[in-house]
Amino acid sequence: MAKSVMQEFTKGLWAEIPPFRLVLGLCPTLAMTQSFAKGVGMGVAVTFVLVLSNALISMLRNVIPKKVRIACFIIVIATFVTIVELLMQAYAYPLFTQLGIFLPLIVVNCILLGRAEAFAAKNRVVPSLADGLGMGIGFTLSLSALAAFREVFGAGTLTFPFVEYSIQNVLGASFQPFTFLVEAPGAFMCLGLMLCVMNLLGKK
Amino acid sequence: MREMIKLFVIVTLFSAISGGLLATVKSATQERIELQQLTYVKGPAITQILEGCTNNPIEDRFKLNHSGSSIDFFIGEFDGKRNTIAFENYGKGFGGNMGVMVAINTDTDQITGIGITTHSESPGIGSRAKTDPAFSRQFKGMSIDSAFRVKADGGDIDAISGATVTSRGVSGAVAEVVEIYKRLKNEILKNVQG
Repeated sequence: MAKSVMQEFTKGLWAEIPPFRLVLGLCPTLAMTQSFAKGVGMGVAVTFVLVLSNALISMLRNVIPKKVRIACFIIVIATFVTIVELLMQAYAYPLFTQLGIFLPLIVVNCILLGRAEAFAAKNRVVPSLADGLGMGIGFTLSLSALAAFREVFGAGTLTFPFVEYSIQNVLGASFQPFTFLVEAPGAFMCLGLMLCVMNLLGKK
Repeated sequence: MREMIKLFVIVTLFSAISGGLLATVKSATQERIELQQLTYVKGPAITQILEGCTNNPIEDRFKLNHSGSSIDFFIGEFDGKRNTIAFENYGKGFGGNMGVMVAINTDTDQITGIGITTHSESPGIGSRAKTDPAFSRQFKGMSIDSAFRVKADGGDIDAISGATVTSRGVSGAVAEVVEIYKRLKNEILKNVQG
């Protein structure tokens, strides 16, 4: 029954890739993918919290009483989220202002609590670490892909996180951006199309 | 009952450890966060109004207390002389507080420039206080004894059309800056030279 650590890691990259396969954590997926920089930044922040909270919860899984486990998980997750918030403020201030309220809202992101409850609370530390890392990277990839698509077609630009650099007119100066894509309804449409493509590919 | 106490103790312990950890991280990053905020929020306005200075005003700053709150003063060095200081004050705009950064030449007691740092004015109307240089340029070169009021109130400032409240707010903030400057001038000069 026990899967190898490698399998725990790779399942997050395709077979159970969030948010497309698990369909969890849709709020930041919809709201933080107008630009590539935001998508990657959000993904990195979630990965950091997910890896650390998975590891710590797995370490403490025998200490945490069943009845108050959710409260304990939330405390652990909230602590790491606040640490990310402070670090980002200190070292990546422009990204911090772009992510805004969605950075503290990682606390209530379903992926984190979901992985804590469904995996870390039942497994040893190393598989939990692998699970967290895989899920985090999967989430980052999904967000980056969605964000890159929306930004390139919706605004015609591509901005990079951490370095303040952006490519103007990716598709040439004559390209007329499809601004609908960078607005909120466009997020739903892109996510739906992405899910559709993923399901088509998965069926084969 | 015993189980209840156990649960209570464990959750309390979790929260306490978490609190301790966060306090440590917070105090470790506080200084850097402050610097980042100054660079990204106030930095653009400072570099704009202290254009051409040969030092880094954000590094050359000092704090003074004024009526219960501490104000950051930024020093500008021109032609080898540290003769300009800039500091921020808040004025009441149409959509809330606006941060107005004002630079004053300490030799001539003239305003050398003003810039808006933060605001929540209506885009395209009140926001022109920040984006339209024609408005902020009026303050340049004014002596600190001038009347910082819009023309409708008997002053010398041409209000932005359609944004009288914003213009009044900015003028009021500048007037207050000048008051603070007059009151603290001796201390400011001491800090600038030292």
